[in-house]
Amino acid sequence: MTETSVLDYLTLPKALTGIAGFDEISGGGLPMARPTLVCGSAGSGKTLFAMEFLVHGITQYDEPGVFIAFEETREELTQNVASLGFSLTDLIDQHKLVIDHISIDRAEVEQSGEYDLDGLFIRLEYAIQKVNAKRVVLDTIEVLFAALGDTHILRSELRRLFRWLKDKGVTAVITGERGDGALTRNGIEEYVSDCVILLDHRIEKQMSTRRLRIIKYRGTVHGTDEYPFLIDETGFSVLPITSVGLDYDVSDERVSSGIPRLDTMLEGQGFFRASTILVSGSAGTGKTIIASQFVDAACRRGERCLFFSFEESTGQIIRNMRSVGIDLQAWVDADLLRFKTVRPTLYSLEMHLATMHKRIQAFDPQIVVMDPITNFDIIGSRADSSALLTRLVDFLKMRGVTAFLTSLTSESEAIEQAQVHISSMMDAWLLVRNIESNGERNRVLYILKSRGMAHSNQVSEFEITAQGIQLVDTYLGKSGVLTGSARLAQKTDEQNEELARQQALELRQLKLERKRAAIQAQIAALQADLDVETADTQLLMDQESRRIIASRQYTDTIAHKRQIAASDSQDLTHTVEGVKHDR
Amino acid sequence: MIDDHKEDLVDHSGAEKWELRLYVAGQTPKSLTAFANLKKICEQYLEGKSYDIQVIDLLVNPQLAEGDQIVAIPTLVRSLPEPIKKIIGDLSNTERVLVGLQLRSHPQDKG
Repeated sequence: MTETSVLDYLTLPKALTGIAGFDEISGGGLPMARPTLVCGSAGSGKTLFAMEFLVHGITQYDEPGVFIAFEETREELTQNVASLGFSLTDLIDQHKLVIDHISIDRAEVEQSGEYDLDGLFIRLEYAIQKVNAKRVVLDTIEVLFAALGDTHILRSELRRLFRWLKDKGVTAVITGERGDGALTRNGIEEYVSDCVILLDHRIEKQMSTRRLRIIKYRGTVHGTDEYPFLIDETGFSVLPITSVGLDYDVSDERVSSGIPRLDTMLEGQGFFRASTILVSGSAGTGKTIIASQFVDAACRRGERCLFFSFEESTGQIIRNMRSVGIDLQAWVDADLLRFKTVRPTLYSLEMHLATMHKRIQAFDPQIVVMDPITNFDIIGSRADSSALLTRLVDFLKMRGVTAFLTSLTSESEAIEQAQVHISSMMDAWLLVRNIESNGERNRVLYILKSRGMAHSNQVSEFEITAQGIQLVDTYLGKSGVLTGSARLAQKTDEQNEELARQQALELRQLKLERKRAAIQAQIAALQADLDVETADTQLLMDQESRRIIASRQYTDTIAHKRQIAASDSQDLTHTVEGVKHDR
Repeated sequence: MIDDHKEDLVDHSGAEKWELRLYVAGQTPKSLTAFANLKKICEQYLEGKSYDIQVIDLLVNPQLAEGDQIVAIPTLVRSLPEPIKKIIGDLSNTERVLVGLQLRSHPQDKG
């Protein structure tokens, strides 16, 4: 038996409200077949909460309902929720809903003696039976205290009423106006012990913020935080901070940054899909251009992009980007790109979050750009705005959307320190910086982090050209990276040096050529001398040999004439022949 | 208009019609007390006037509760003469009933 009751305790039956976010934080809705008190100050959304609980009960969970209205008439209620797309008249015609307006005019009522609230009980019972209701709303029952007087009787009668509702097995929502220092004016929270929900509507920095808190929920685990909620054209929605977890699918797919040389710095492939990319930098560093180039690349791939701009109007962005050669208008025309431009100060953080959620759900983009996220700090504290971002980032990751965020940093503040509160959410973080030197400002970019991939450690200078962002070659000087003119000067220096070397080499070659020519000329001259000498020598030799021949002929003639001296002249002839052989 | 109305009342004072409805939920002691008290008051204070008492049991006709906006039981509704007046409770406090029915305007004087 004990085991069964423990089990019952654990599996307390609940009635889903169908209110976006509420069922998540309450672990399944309101306690079934028990009364729940919803209290809050005037205009905090009590009636709407109660009405949505009923309408969703009818339309989504097939649980007919009864609305006992102490403040508004049926017509007023019908009109009020018609703007949210609920047609109460239809539901009444379908016998799914009863609205009973109870109005008691204090002026026409006199009390004499004891009474009870059987009239109310009978009306309730009658209404419940009429549609076989499973859900009941009493809005706002405390009106009875003002109308009927005699608090003593009323208290005991209300106590009886709540017990009666329990016995009837209906899930009831009772609304109560917030009193001074108490949850309700007449302390009816004492009688509703199962579940108490407080709605709060406060103004901070001239901005309204609605918050919901489950004060008590007997027998169940529930979120105890204050949850921001919204009332807009689609009704009541609670934003559960904790309902989004960290269990989302990760993608190995890569998306190009749209800047080829930046992709090169990221393993040549760009960012991971469904990751969160932050580009931070001070004013005028080209963050929006980097974002636009990313969008442009995505649209070229046929992906849908949603661009939230919190600083510039759509027209302004399109015009500015056209000047750097990025034609966003074409993508807008093709409905691949949608802009949503809104000043951060227009709504509260919660409203921003909700409208962004809604637009993302409606367009279902692959890429979401937010430019810049920093401005949210204006409307909320840093903690608030980073809570907003966490929720948004998780939401985008769950949907597999690649988020591209920019943030504005002040020049004086250390960037890493300024954004420590959001950096942990970011998968990739690019920093763009102005470097001031030699009387000019130049832009550099580097990757501060990029989870899950090898990435360049280089500081790269980039230029904003008519063809978008162009990363240029890095020049390293003695004091670090050279940018702008210094880079150009360095480049020129190097070119000059090159030229000088070239010229020196050419000169040397020329000299060598000349030398070669001179030497060859000398060789030619010497050869000529030699030739002349050779010729002279030949001439002499010829003359000599002719002389010898002549001399021999003379000797022969003498010898012939003088036979006695013949032996002497033979020796002489031998000598001349010996000389001739040596040559 | 108001003057005309007054004149009307004066002229036909004897014929002034009172319509009283007593809403109850079953034969509870409170209901019975209320009915008894009402009868007594009518006999004493509406003597010579034409009056009509109707007792409506909401357990029998629950749909009738909405018309006169009944929440408390018992409730006595004076639908005529106008304006409509309602007195809740078992009518045990006669003074307050008389004030409620506008048969006595200053309850304090009576003290």
